[in-house]
Amino acid sequence: MSFFIEVLINGLLVGIMYSLVALGFALIYKASGVFNFAQGAMSLLAGLALVSFLTVMPLWLALVCTVGVMTLLAYGTVFIIFRPLVARPPLILFMAAIGLAFLVEGIGQSIWGTQAKGLFIGIPEITWEVKEVFLNSFDLFFGVVAAVLVAGLVIFFQKTRTGRALRAVADDHEAALSVGIPLLRAWAVTWVIAGIVATVAGVAWGSRLGVQFSLSLIAYKALPVLILGGIDSIPGAILAGLVVGAGENLAEVYIGPYVGGGIQTFFPYLLALLFLWFKPYGMFGKEIIERV
Amino acid sequence: MLYRECGNYKDTYAKDMAIFPIPFDRWGLGVMLVLAFLVIPFTTSDYWLSSIMIPFYCFSLAALGLNFLTGYAGQVSLGHAAFMAVGAYASLILYSRFHVPLLLSILGGGIVSSAVGPVFGIPSLRIKGFYLAVSTLAAQFIIEWILTHWKWVSGGVFGTIDAPDLYVFGWILDTPAKKYYLVLCILVLLVVFGKNLVRGQLGRNWMAIRDMDVAAEVIGVSLFRNKLIAFAVSSFYAGVAGAMVTMAYYGAANIEEFNLVLSFHLLGAIIIGGMGTVLGSFFGAGFMILMPIFINQALLVFLERVPSDLRANSEAIVFGGLIVFFLIVEPYGMARLWHTIKDKMRLWPFPY
Repeated sequence: MSFFIEVLINGLLVGIMYSLVALGFALIYKASGVFNFAQGAMSLLAGLALVSFLTVMPLWLALVCTVGVMTLLAYGTVFIIFRPLVARPPLILFMAAIGLAFLVEGIGQSIWGTQAKGLFIGIPEITWEVKEVFLNSFDLFFGVVAAVLVAGLVIFFQKTRTGRALRAVADDHEAALSVGIPLLRAWAVTWVIAGIVATVAGVAWGSRLGVQFSLSLIAYKALPVLILGGIDSIPGAILAGLVVGAGENLAEVYIGPYVGGGIQTFFPYLLALLFLWFKPYGMFGKEIIERV
Repeated sequence: MLYRECGNYKDTYAKDMAIFPIPFDRWGLGVMLVLAFLVIPFTTSDYWLSSIMIPFYCFSLAALGLNFLTGYAGQVSLGHAAFMAVGAYASLILYSRFHVPLLLSILGGGIVSSAVGPVFGIPSLRIKGFYLAVSTLAAQFIIEWILTHWKWVSGGVFGTIDAPDLYVFGWILDTPAKKYYLVLCILVLLVVFGKNLVRGQLGRNWMAIRDMDVAAEVIGVSLFRNKLIAFAVSSFYAGVAGAMVTMAYYGAANIEEFNLVLSFHLLGAIIIGGMGTVLGSFFGAGFMILMPIFINQALLVFLERVPSDLRANSEAIVFGGLIVFFLIVEPYGMARLWHTIKDKMRLWPFPY
């Protein structure tokens, strides 16, 4: 039983990390209708930038500089790439995001190099044993960080003026424009927030796996989380991340040995497909009602 | 003046239903076919034939298949490389283990793939838009997993089967030129078939579903049937393309070649080439296949001394930049550009 709980808890903690990436997707999709495929690449960029800033400055300043880089990226993306593409079909925006992913990966790696780098932000690696269940300080730390981040986002969206404006934009572009909310600036702010989320995800994954190209592939782990929770839903991304993290870990341990292992790559997709068959817009996704 | 409809009387039904009612288009196509069949194999080097033209044709075919599904029927698929892999493995197993004749085993690869495609198309009956796009990624991961874990198929952990020598009717295909003809003939056959398919009832059903599936269902188009047929036809084309690219280009079926990046390249090819047009698949495949090669060659010239990983990164930057640039300049693809040129040619050299 304690082994089951350990697998479950570790799965949940990994799931939080998936949620972090899925959250970035959901934020941008909700606000601008762009399925931002570059979210993984943005995490990679943030990780690379942070590692190189850390060599010359203390952690807090490096984090500020990294967020600065993500802000620059956000404004550049919105005003150079997505402004000319306003009101284009979603698939074209999606393709532009794929192009952006190529750009971000290429630029990031040519500035800061392609070698895998270790990222140490000073969290001691301790393992606790609580009633025969092993817990890692690392995973717990990022679990707490993710929780704080989500709480912060909730407060920002519910209580601040900018947050309300962003919610209005997400709800209805035209109505938001008509009451005087600058659409492009709202999008840029959303991209900055997504950039911050990507930074957190990049730090979390980078200090686990090292900062390297494969960091941009965590997007594929986040996608089933995203559709399971509902593409435009922030609570959905969190909850689905936990479900997927726990589910894939349990499946790998309890089903994996019978079929040859490695089912972690596709199990989340199967889970999401099964769920979507009954609820086509995920757990909390906005249901689109079509009329002829 | 070059490209005009006037004086082109459609006095029979056959003329009215012709694929290319305008003479200029027919000549253009004739010139392209003569170029492809008679000029290119005799004037270009083996390098061009075997590492540019053959993959270009194969990926055009795969892009055409995806275009049926995404451009005509409106169902986005991000798992198309996996269907190519299925076709590649199936045809190689048929050819090398069961000694089925080459052409039949390529066809067999397509058929096996078209049996697998609709299985992953089932979600499209319930799920739409990006939810569907992400769930087709499942095809990519599941098929990759099966091909690497099912020992009988892949023959080992690496998932690689080498292709033996190719024989057609007892005639060995050993030079790039012969392989080129094999690929070209199959391509022309399938393009003619596909073009007629989308001109017929099936194509119109697909377009109705793409434009609004609820409305299509109301006027009596069966979504179940037509969506699954779209997946079947599309993965048939992908399977044949995968079989050909394996036999004539890679020389071995390797799951690594049919990865997720290829799926994205195919989707990029049809978006940049032009969705819902047959011609666009060729433009797009040309862009996605040839552009990286040209960028690489151009960078070689300009940046001789830079390390190779920086060159790979510059390639990604230029490629990503070009994708974004094309989408901004011409969001409806190169086929639309071609359309605009034709409109201009109607009046040329007069302004209006």
